[in-house]
Amino acid sequence: MYNFEVETPGSVADAVAALGREDAQALGGGQTLIPTLKQRLASPSVLVCLSGIAEMKGVCRTDDGQITIGGGTTHAAVAKATAESFPGLSGLASHIGDPAVRNRGTIGGSLANNDPSACYPAAALGAGATIVTNAREIAADDFFQGMFTTDLEEGEIITEVRFPVPEVSNYQKFVQPASRFALVGVFVAKFGDGVRVAVTGASNDGVFRWTDAEAALSANFSAEALGGLSISDDDMISDLHGTAAYRAHLVGVMTKRAVTSAA
Amino acid sequence: MPKDGGIGASSKRREDVRFLTGAGNYTDDINIRGQAHVFFLRSDVAHGTLNAVNTAAAEAMPGVVKVFTGADFEAVGGMPCGWQVTDKHGEPMQEPRHPILAHGKVRHVGEPIAAVVADTLEQARDAAEAIEVDITELPAVIDMKAAVASDDVKVHDDLTSNLCYDWGFVEENKAATDEAFEKAAHVTTLELVNNRLVANPMEPRVAVGDYARGTQDHTLYTTSQNPHVIRLLMGAFVLGIPEHKLRVVAPDVGGGFGTKIFHYQEEAFVTFAAKACNRPVKWTSSRSEAFMSDAHGRDHVTKIELALDAEHNFTAVRTETFANMGAYLSTFAPSIPTWLHGTLMAGNYKTPLIYVNVKAVFTNTVPVDAYRGAGRPEATFQLERVIDKAARELGVDPVDLRRQNFITEFPYATPVAVEYDTGDYHATMDKVLALSDRDGFAARRKESEAKGKLRGFGINCFIEACGIAPSNLVGQLGARAGLYESATVRVNATGGLVVMTGSHSHGQGHETSFAQVVADMIGIDENMIEIVHGDTANTPMGMGTYGSRSIAVGGSAMVRATEKIIAKAKKIASHLLEASESDIELKDGAFSVAGTDKSVAWGDVTLAAYVPHNYPLEDIEPGLEETAFYDPSNFTYPAGAYTCEVEVDPATGEVSIERFASADDFGNVINPMIVEGQVHGGIAQGIGQALLENCTYDENGQLLSASYMDYAMPRADNLPEMTHYVVDHSCQTPCTHNPLGVKGCGEAGAIGSPPTVINAIIDALQSGGHKVDHLDMPATPARVWAAMQG
Repeated sequence: MYNFEVETPGSVADAVAALGREDAQALGGGQTLIPTLKQRLASPSVLVCLSGIAEMKGVCRTDDGQITIGGGTTHAAVAKATAESFPGLSGLASHIGDPAVRNRGTIGGSLANNDPSACYPAAALGAGATIVTNAREIAADDFFQGMFTTDLEEGEIITEVRFPVPEVSNYQKFVQPASRFALVGVFVAKFGDGVRVAVTGASNDGVFRWTDAEAALSANFSAEALGGLSISDDDMISDLHGTAAYRAHLVGVMTKRAVTSAA
Repeated sequence: MPKDGGIGASSKRREDVRFLTGAGNYTDDINIRGQAHVFFLRSDVAHGTLNAVNTAAAEAMPGVVKVFTGADFEAVGGMPCGWQVTDKHGEPMQEPRHPILAHGKVRHVGEPIAAVVADTLEQARDAAEAIEVDITELPAVIDMKAAVASDDVKVHDDLTSNLCYDWGFVEENKAATDEAFEKAAHVTTLELVNNRLVANPMEPRVAVGDYARGTQDHTLYTTSQNPHVIRLLMGAFVLGIPEHKLRVVAPDVGGGFGTKIFHYQEEAFVTFAAKACNRPVKWTSSRSEAFMSDAHGRDHVTKIELALDAEHNFTAVRTETFANMGAYLSTFAPSIPTWLHGTLMAGNYKTPLIYVNVKAVFTNTVPVDAYRGAGRPEATFQLERVIDKAARELGVDPVDLRRQNFITEFPYATPVAVEYDTGDYHATMDKVLALSDRDGFAARRKESEAKGKLRGFGINCFIEACGIAPSNLVGQLGARAGLYESATVRVNATGGLVVMTGSHSHGQGHETSFAQVVADMIGIDENMIEIVHGDTANTPMGMGTYGSRSIAVGGSAMVRATEKIIAKAKKIASHLLEASESDIELKDGAFSVAGTDKSVAWGDVTLAAYVPHNYPLEDIEPGLEETAFYDPSNFTYPAGAYTCEVEVDPATGEVSIERFASADDFGNVINPMIVEGQVHGGIAQGIGQALLENCTYDENGQLLSASYMDYAMPRADNLPEMTHYVVDHSCQTPCTHNPLGVKGCGEAGAIGSPPTVINAIIDALQSGGHKVDHLDMPATPARVWAAMQG
């Protein structure tokens, strides 16, 4: 890697100030950024390390019933804290990467990176979460703007993520055999006023909502309701590990399995 | 009853204590005072004309010692190839020059263009970015058939074509084989790909060069399976350093799988640069570099045909294979698709006529050479797949078809130039059918179907030629080296032994199993024996470890040397006991006079050898140290039968291996636990090839599977539960021509398992009504699903 300076702020305010420096880059759990630096594919002059900010860590339930997760909370911590309160999210978090990844990687880092094959974007979009930054609140529907692209401004930090808790939910991931990222991952969440379905791994545009499935499942929350549905492979990823047609097919299979597991 | 020591005991691997507690001494652990680091600037294009490499800016960078380019090596020999294959017209293969650093052209992504030596690795990398490389990119040729069909893109301008050789074997059998096909009652044809693999040992390659200005001695520390071979090749053919001024050390090595056999440019570079810079020079491969600089494995495209008569007897086998050499010839590359592949095409069957054609092809890819099994997995896969296809076409049981054609009388001379000494293929078949509970399969298939899964049962046999040796034979076949093995047994005054072997252990457990052999012969505790390997300064000239040869060839050398020790020790004992030498018996570490209670202990004799106060100095020399070189009369022929049960998820194409069983005949076994570990590991790699691993280039020669993000390695959860992962070696027909009766076990699992898995998947898919008669490896979910769609 190239040389850089490291800042270790203890508060969000200090982190925001540090990110104002030229070519500064926020460092969450480092599960993407550190390998990128090691390969000399990025050359920030300053790394602003967010892992020492206590106010960005932890999971709690707010008065309105939402689950609020600090942006610097690791996947392992989320998996443990939400096992009872939000098993769909807990199950997703407990299958990201391997134990080393889960004990370093953070929810804020994952959402900010918006890897098209990452798991967390499916949960945030599928549950209709609110991404809270140092500056504002952003609805998940507005946050994700294509692969590796989000609504975040330069220097903006995800401080917490608020999840409405669905009646039932489930995430099904079909892994890419090498990386074990999602080849296709589907998060299904059933709320009192309808069903949301978010798909990761499949699309050239990153995570997206499968609205046809949402409509069908809102009318009848069962795998059978998806029987006649299929999704176009027009914008699906085609690579070494699967064609666009295969991914489109898997979206249907994983959605049915998520519904069956959630119901 | 399990033995508690010696031959046949499952002694715990003594070397694991240091490996598992962080006390190993790997090449990267070697840091020499004053060492500099080298970073190789590698080509990011597959094919191009190298117009200029401007290093001026790089040389001025902080910490830079020296920057090297191809021009610095013009006076130095290129990388040598250790095997010359003669084509079907009697002409030698085309052998291109292989520079240490690219000169004139680059021919594959990853080829080193320049090397920066600097105080630190980061400084070397910084400086490498300042090198200006002027390349005119040329079209690349990646597809082998295209490379042969047209000379539009030539990898080497000075060769007549991209064809390294066109080999026919046995050429004299061709006409008769063709005639047998014309007369056949049934012919089964199969076209297939044997996928390119990357070996991926846990430890990447490392090389450290050192030069002693005072004595003009060179030392190379390297991650090698055969330090003497590296010393010979690099000293004699590349750098012109006599062997007495060159020491090569391969300390603890973390896995080889073949890819650490070969002599690589980086080894020659650090040795050369250490003198040129007058500083030790170290290179440690990153994993990314390993993907594009370690020799790859397999990569064959084959058409195989099997002819049968009306009674289903195999009458002939005919094959045409395109074998990828990559851009240059790696050390033993030409021998893999020929002598380690064509000679195995009889398999376990008495097919009377066989003709094998192999076209070795240059492409703009990383060189391809031996990988665990090396040629034999490719032979086994095509033969066992075509037999399975034939059984389906004929509507007969694949087990019965194989049994009907088994070789049953030994020794057996195949039509492809090798003679199997022993074997019992019905015995291993019986064993594996029992282990796998084939009779219960129908019920298990019903259970799977109830869960919506398709279940398949795959079976196949295999044979391999191991104990890679006879020097006179391999010499006739084009090897530019001998293939004996060596051992020196040094007995110390107080009775402990040091065995210095030319074999090299890089995970196989030699330090344990070799000690068991010597301990058993003398009747002393294994812990009195130290096994020394991996350093040309303190071991006799040896050819190293590959081809499942270490116990069969290296172990036999050790037996011969120990026999000499025992013979001399008996002479000393007879003197001490004042008895006739012919009456001396060695048992449990004591020498006694037959029929009496007179005896002397092992330690009394060894002490007498080194403190020869009471000693027959007029008859024998003091001391107790013997060396033996062993060159066997034949290969060994391990064989076996494997079964596999898979479940296929028809919704996703995902394959899960539910059961795997192997029945191997390795002849005698020294350490059953180590043998079972070798087979478990080999099968894991075979399952990796069958389901996961695939080294892929795009049409421009860019390596698509260049990291673990895209190259899928097998992991524990890709393997069956241990209760259904049964490896058995109880069928034993001892080798008839080596003193231990051993055959070797290192490669069997990787050779025997890939066709088992694919046969099982085909069985599963056909049970679901899918008309799929072949799947190329790896059978990824996407491929299986696509095949099911028709």
